[in-house]
Amino acid sequence: MSKLNLDFNLVAEARKSAKVIADDIQLMIDQHTTVAVERTVVRLLGIDGVDDIERPLPNVIVDEIKDKGGLSMGLAYWIGNAMIETGKTPQEIAEAVAAGELDLMQLNQNDALKVQAVVTEKAKEMVAIIANNRKDRDAYLERLGEGPKPYLYLIVATGNIYEDVLQAQAAARQGADVIAVIRTTGQSLLDFVPYGPTTEGFGGTYATQENFKIMRKALDEVGEEIGRYIRLCNYCSGLCMPEIAAMGAFERLDVMLNDALYGILFRDINMQRTLIDQYFSRIINGFAGVIINTGEDNYLTTADAVEEAHTVLTSQFINEQFALNAGLPEEQMGLGHCFEMNPNIENGFLMELAQAQMAREIFPDAPLKYMPPTKYMTGNIFKGHVQNTLFNAVSIMTNQGIQLLGMLTEAIHTPFLQDRALSIENAKYVFSNMKDLGSEIEFKKDGIIQKRAQEVLNDSVKMLKEIEEEGLTNSIAKGKFAEVKRTMTSGKGLEGVVKKDDKYFNPFIELMLGGQ
Amino acid sequence: MSSQVDLTKVKPYGDTLNDGRMQFSFTLPVPFGDEADEAAKQLLIKMGIEEPSIVYSEDLGVGYTFFTAYGKCQHTVDYSSIEVPKVDVEIMDKYGVEDFIKEHIKRDVVIVGACTGTDAHTVGIDAIMNMKGFDGHYGLERYHGIEAINMGSQVPNEELIAKAIELNADAIVVSQVVTQKDVHILNLTNMIELIEAEGLRDKIILICGGPRINHELAKELGYDAGFGPKTYAEHVASFVVNQIVDRNMI
Repeated sequence: MSKLNLDFNLVAEARKSAKVIADDIQLMIDQHTTVAVERTVVRLLGIDGVDDIERPLPNVIVDEIKDKGGLSMGLAYWIGNAMIETGKTPQEIAEAVAAGELDLMQLNQNDALKVQAVVTEKAKEMVAIIANNRKDRDAYLERLGEGPKPYLYLIVATGNIYEDVLQAQAAARQGADVIAVIRTTGQSLLDFVPYGPTTEGFGGTYATQENFKIMRKALDEVGEEIGRYIRLCNYCSGLCMPEIAAMGAFERLDVMLNDALYGILFRDINMQRTLIDQYFSRIINGFAGVIINTGEDNYLTTADAVEEAHTVLTSQFINEQFALNAGLPEEQMGLGHCFEMNPNIENGFLMELAQAQMAREIFPDAPLKYMPPTKYMTGNIFKGHVQNTLFNAVSIMTNQGIQLLGMLTEAIHTPFLQDRALSIENAKYVFSNMKDLGSEIEFKKDGIIQKRAQEVLNDSVKMLKEIEEEGLTNSIAKGKFAEVKRTMTSGKGLEGVVKKDDKYFNPFIELMLGGQ
Repeated sequence: MSSQVDLTKVKPYGDTLNDGRMQFSFTLPVPFGDEADEAAKQLLIKMGIEEPSIVYSEDLGVGYTFFTAYGKCQHTVDYSSIEVPKVDVEIMDKYGVEDFIKEHIKRDVVIVGACTGTDAHTVGIDAIMNMKGFDGHYGLERYHGIEAINMGSQVPNEELIAKAIELNADAIVVSQVVTQKDVHILNLTNMIELIEAEGLRDKIILICGGPRINHELAKELGYDAGFGPKTYAEHVASFVVNQIVDRNMI
C-alpha cells in the first residue's frame, strides 16, 4: 500500500515512456561495438598481462586489429580464427601478437560458423568461472550471513592497496557491510586498465585486477573472522566500463557503480561510446550477480535538490529500462538518490523523506543506493555529524538498500580511520533506535510529504514524455539532466566506436544475457 | 567579557577567561587499554597541554585506539600583532558589480573557468560560474555584463589557456578540490609556468579557488587572488572588475 497515495497509473505511464526511450537507444547500441567492448571480449577469453612497455595485452591486440580495419568483425572472430590456425590459447596468441610474431589478419580466414563454434567452447569455460564465483558468493552468504539492510557502505581511498586493506578490515570489524575502493582521480578517462598491484594514487586507488584480488582476499578473511560476508565495490564506469565488469566478475566483486549517464554528464565521455559499453557491462554484472549502483545522486550535487528532484526519478526510470534490456534484474538495481537539500530549508527533512519513500514505493525490489549530504557539508564537523544523522533517519524510515555513510569530515579530507568509526556508530545507533518507525507511521493525507512526492512524480512523468518525444540524446544535448549539455559526437572516446559487420560475433552476449 | 581580554596574550576559552580549555580527538596506532590512554595523555603534555584528561577512548578494530580528550593549553598568541594577507577589495553584490561594469568598463567582461588537471570535481567551479550559483549566491553566468565560460572538470591547463586566448578573456578562474599529496600545488604551479611562457601573465587576471585555497597561498604561487570556503561569485566578480580598472585593462 502506498503511504504517499501515489497514482500507480502514472508510474506505469512513466515506465512505458522510459521503455520507449531505452529501446530507441538500444537500436544504436545493437549496431555498434567499441574498443572497450572488444578488450572485454578478449579479457573474458582469458587474455591478461602487459607487454614489455607496460601496455595491457588487451589494448595491444585490439588496437592492432582496429588499426588494420578488422574491429567490425569483433575480436572473438580473430582470436577464434587464430586458435584454429595456430593451435595456441588466447593468451599465447596475445603474447605472440605483442612480440610481433603473429599478425591475426594475415592468417587464413576460416568460415565464421566454424570459428564461432571454437570460440564459443572457450567462452563457455570462462563463463563457468564467473558462474562459480557467483555460487561461491551464495555459499558465503549462506554460511556467514550478511548485515541487515540498509547495508553500511564505506569508502577507502588511500591510493595504496595495502593501506586500503588495513582500513577496510578495520571498517568491517566496526560494522561495514560494503567496502568501496574509490578509484584514483582521472582513471575514468584512461582508455586502458592498469596492471598489477598499485601503491600510488590521487584521491583513490587504481582499479586493477590484482588490486581487486588483494582486497577480495582481505575481505573474505575478515568476513570469516567476524562471521559476516563483506561485499566489495568498485567503479565500473568511464572508458573501460565493461572491462572493469569482466575483471570484477573474475574476482567476485559484489557491487559496481555502473552508469553511462553519469559518465556522459560528469566525465564528458561520449554518449554513444559509453551507452554501448554500458550495455555489455550490465550484461556481465547481471550474470555475475553484481548489484549495480547508478549515479543519479550526482545530478543534485550540481543542480538544485528541491527543484530538480524529478530528474533523479526520471533517470531512475530510464536506468531501470537500460538494466532490464541487459538482463539485469531489479534485485540487482541499486538505483541512486541522495540527501542533498540545503539544510537551511524549512521542512527540508520532509521533502527528503518524501523523495526516499517515493523511490522505495516505485522500485520496491531494488536495493536503492542512498547517498549522504556532501554539497552542504562545510567543515563544521559537529553540524555535519547531525546532518548525517538526519540522513540515516530517512534511510531507516524508508527501508533503503545501501547506505553510503556520510563522513563528518566530508569536504575536508579523505576519511580518517576514526571518521569511519564515528559514521558507523551513528548509523548503527539510528538504525537500531528507529528500526520500526517506518512501519509504525503513516503520512497525513494530502500533507506536505504526500504532496511533495506526488508533485515530483508528476514532473517526472512530464519530463519522460518530453524525452520520449525528442529522444534521450537530444534531451541531454539540451541540458535536461544536471544542467549539463552533451551531444552525440562530443566527449571523449568516440574514436573507439565502430559499426558492426554483418558477421560480427560476441559469444558472451548470448551466454550471459539474462542471468544464469 | 571582552574588556578583560589581553590581546597580546590570547589563549583558548572554555567557560572562564584564560582557562585554556581545548578539546581533542585523534587516533593512536596502539591497542585499546590503560596504556593507550596513558600514551594519549603523554602526547598531549608534549603538545603543551596541562592536566590532560582522556574522557573517552574506543577500540577501532585494528589494534588502534580513538580518543576524545580535554586539557588546558599553556601557550598564548599575540593577536594584536597579526596581519593576514586578504583580497583587498570592497565586495559588491551582483547588482553592484553590474553597475560597476556599466559605469567603469562599458563592455562585457570575459571570465573563463575550469577545474584543471586530473581533478574531477566540478562543485567549486560550478558554485562560482553556473547560473544557479551556490547557497543563494548567483553564479557569474547570471551577471549582466559578464560572459562566463565554465569548461567543467579535468581540463588540461593548456586547454584552459587556449580558450582564454581564443575569447580574449579578462580573467581565468582555476578550481582545485583534490589536494591529496599536494597535487593542487603542482597543477597550480604548472598553470603559472604555462601562462608566463605564453607571455600572458600581465594581460590576464589569474585567480584560483577551492576548499583548501587561501589568498596567501595563491599569492605565493603567483596568482592575483585566491578564494577559499565561504566565498562566492560576487567575491570573484568584485575582484576581477576592480583589477580591470586598476590595471587599466579597459
